[in-house]
Amino acid sequence: MAKFRLERAPAPMWTKALIPIVAVLVTFIITSIFIIMAGANPFEAYYNFIIVPLSSQFSALEVLVKATPLIFTGLAVTFAFAAGYYNIGAEGQLYAGAVAAAWVGATFTNLPSIVVVPLMLVLGFAGGMLWALLPALLKVKLKVDEVVTTLLMNSIIMYIISALLNGPWRDPETGWPKSPEFFEAARFIQIIPRSRLHLGFVIALVLVVIVFLIIKRTPFGLQMRAAGASKAGAMFAGINVNRTMLIAALVSGGIAGLAGVSEIAGIHYHLISELSGGYGYTGIIVATLGGLNPIGATVAALFIGLIDTGAQTVSRVLGVPVYLGDVVQSTLLLVTLSMLLLQNYRIKRI
Amino acid sequence: MLAVEMKNIYKSFGPVKANQDVNFELEQGEIHALLGENGAGKTTLMRILYGLYKADSGEIFIDGEKVAIHSPKEAIAAGVGMVTQHFTLVPPLTVAENVVLGYTNGIVLSQKEIEKNVAAASEKYGVQVNPSALVKDLSVGERQRVEILKALYRNARILIMDEPTAVLVPQEVDVLFEALNRLVKSGLSVIFISHKLVEVMAVCDRITVLRDGKVANTVKKTETSQVELAKMMVGRETFGVRLQDACATSDPIYELSGITLDGKHEKKILEDVSFCVGTGEILGIAGVSGNGQGELTEVLTGLVPPSKGSIKLEGKDITHLSPGQISEAGVGRTPQDRHQGTIGELTVAENLALEHIKDYTNKGLLDRKKIREDAATIIKEFQIKASPGDQLRKLSGGNMQKVVLARALSRKPKVLIASQPTRGLDVGATEYVRKRLLDERAHGTAVILLSEDLDEVLALSDRIAVIYEGRIMGVVPSAEATPEKIGLLMAGAVE
Repeated sequence: MAKFRLERAPAPMWTKALIPIVAVLVTFIITSIFIIMAGANPFEAYYNFIIVPLSSQFSALEVLVKATPLIFTGLAVTFAFAAGYYNIGAEGQLYAGAVAAAWVGATFTNLPSIVVVPLMLVLGFAGGMLWALLPALLKVKLKVDEVVTTLLMNSIIMYIISALLNGPWRDPETGWPKSPEFFEAARFIQIIPRSRLHLGFVIALVLVVIVFLIIKRTPFGLQMRAAGASKAGAMFAGINVNRTMLIAALVSGGIAGLAGVSEIAGIHYHLISELSGGYGYTGIIVATLGGLNPIGATVAALFIGLIDTGAQTVSRVLGVPVYLGDVVQSTLLLVTLSMLLLQNYRIKRI
Repeated sequence: MLAVEMKNIYKSFGPVKANQDVNFELEQGEIHALLGENGAGKTTLMRILYGLYKADSGEIFIDGEKVAIHSPKEAIAAGVGMVTQHFTLVPPLTVAENVVLGYTNGIVLSQKEIEKNVAAASEKYGVQVNPSALVKDLSVGERQRVEILKALYRNARILIMDEPTAVLVPQEVDVLFEALNRLVKSGLSVIFISHKLVEVMAVCDRITVLRDGKVANTVKKTETSQVELAKMMVGRETFGVRLQDACATSDPIYELSGITLDGKHEKKILEDVSFCVGTGEILGIAGVSGNGQGELTEVLTGLVPPSKGSIKLEGKDITHLSPGQISEAGVGRTPQDRHQGTIGELTVAENLALEHIKDYTNKGLLDRKKIREDAATIIKEFQIKASPGDQLRKLSGGNMQKVVLARALSRKPKVLIASQPTRGLDVGATEYVRKRLLDERAHGTAVILLSEDLDEVLALSDRIAVIYEGRIMGVVPSAEATPEKIGLLMAGAVE
């Protein structure tokens, strides 16, 4: 019987470009099984997943709306992961930013937009940073695993929000657990009339450029990437790895906080506990699929925004559960990660 | 009757012949040393006896009976126990639990009963342990006693100790030797693996010297001497050594005094290390691996602060500076492991710029043009086969080492720390690196060369310091240094 062995051997460069395409194809094949189990035709399902959302202006803009928070959280996770800090807490940091924005949006009722919006962004960023601070300090001072602590912080903020919404911020008239409505000047403007696409999308794109410049073009970015790729090597080169990681963790939290600002000021205009549909966690998928590159993360966010929008259509047209969208996303992540690993090997017959 | 007889043992790992036609005899009730340099084949031979390796050919007899041992479990059944340098205890469990672990019958484990059994065994063999203590609270010496008791509890009649003193402080060594002497009186036979002449002469009855995988000789302790053993180990005639003051240089630029580094346990990793280096001088530091060179490199390059002592550069104290500040001050640093000191994912140019990033910053952004241009210049000067944009990990070992060296030398340092500069390199790259070090010396740089390659140290150094167990055994001027003299110091022999 022929035997095979897995050998370490890097794949040629051109295969790198093929990875996303092959990953998407393999994902389609695997998820077809689930689509068939749900009683639908896979080709029809994928037509609705991918093509239908892009065929009308309204739904195409809706893809961008869905992608907006994912660009923010994807950038947040990219920033931290690039420095070797595994921030799983973008979800909590997003809510911390949203709390800050909710307070500004309902408090400074007599300030103009030009003042309130930047104030909201600054305080939202600060809120996210604050929520990222404790795990980051525990990491650099006591070497406590940030994967655990940042994740636990996500649960804590949900209780704080619950306390706020059922306490001081409860709607006095309806009694619903939602914060007071934003006044007009605090709401993000719509970029395209009669769509839900708001200023947050533009801010996200600007941030993509800024994050790209920081990571790839500044001395700090180089030090961050060095620390992320090899702590020992970075330390030998005289980089203060702990300081670098701390800053990366805080900036990451701040960016995640902006996702919260964008969602609350662009879509909801008040704080609710269901503000984020797990955007913080999806940000990890986005950053990983994007290869820890801000541009890549943006593409990944748009693709997941498309699948999210498509999932609604698929569900409506074919009567399958909307969760198929999540299945597609998760499968895509696993397939991509497997391919990134396997590209370093070849199978040899022995 | 012989306790163990190993006949015509052969064992190869690829092209490396670890054991060639080795014959080894252990008599009943003796302590028998296996002496040899690192890589002489001592541990391989004992791993074959303990069933961890399978010999390519050869026979093993235990108590006169031919045996085939395929696993440690079978070795234990045959009465062989082994205590390795790295203990295999479970720290959160008690001593008694560790001793009986994997050696219990029945389903119910009674804490009281096993503690009673272990206490009885401790009494019987004269190996003192506290059965109810947690292993994590014990000192290294106490842990080692638990390991010994664990082997005896499994009815070991033959005990292999692999460099048992490597982790112990001197007082604990005495306690260990007493225990071993007591045990052999009650019939145990001990194989004692070591490369230290002093302790071999102190505790063993007979000594088998291995060199390059072959038996050099087997001798009785009463009929040999440290010098003779050292001669067998290195395979050449040895002479007396005239030691020189550690700071004999006329113009010291770099001065280490009393550098001490505490270990995790009681044992010090570096103890009172002092030496000077002058301009245009290469000070070689020779030693068997694991005697503190790695830690010394970490202290010299600023990765680990010393527990005590000071480092001075041109009279200025640089002991507690960060790695970055140390290179700013004029110390060129190369890591002992080029993979650990560089970042494989980044490009050659980025790696070259990383240490002095301030010089490559323009208006807050990286000056990518300057990074690329400087890298191109350095690549040309050091004949590195790569382009600035290549990922460093794609380079060959020789080219990677050139990058490491170039990074340190491109800043024209006053002092160069060169740690294992040619390890794993081919002949051409080795030649190049050595020539570069000599060029630096000619330009007045003070070079500290830490190397496990004795020939390299002898060929390049003006003076040679020998490190043994974290201490400098002595400094020998190169004119008087021979491999034999240095070899004797490396084995810890003192006259």
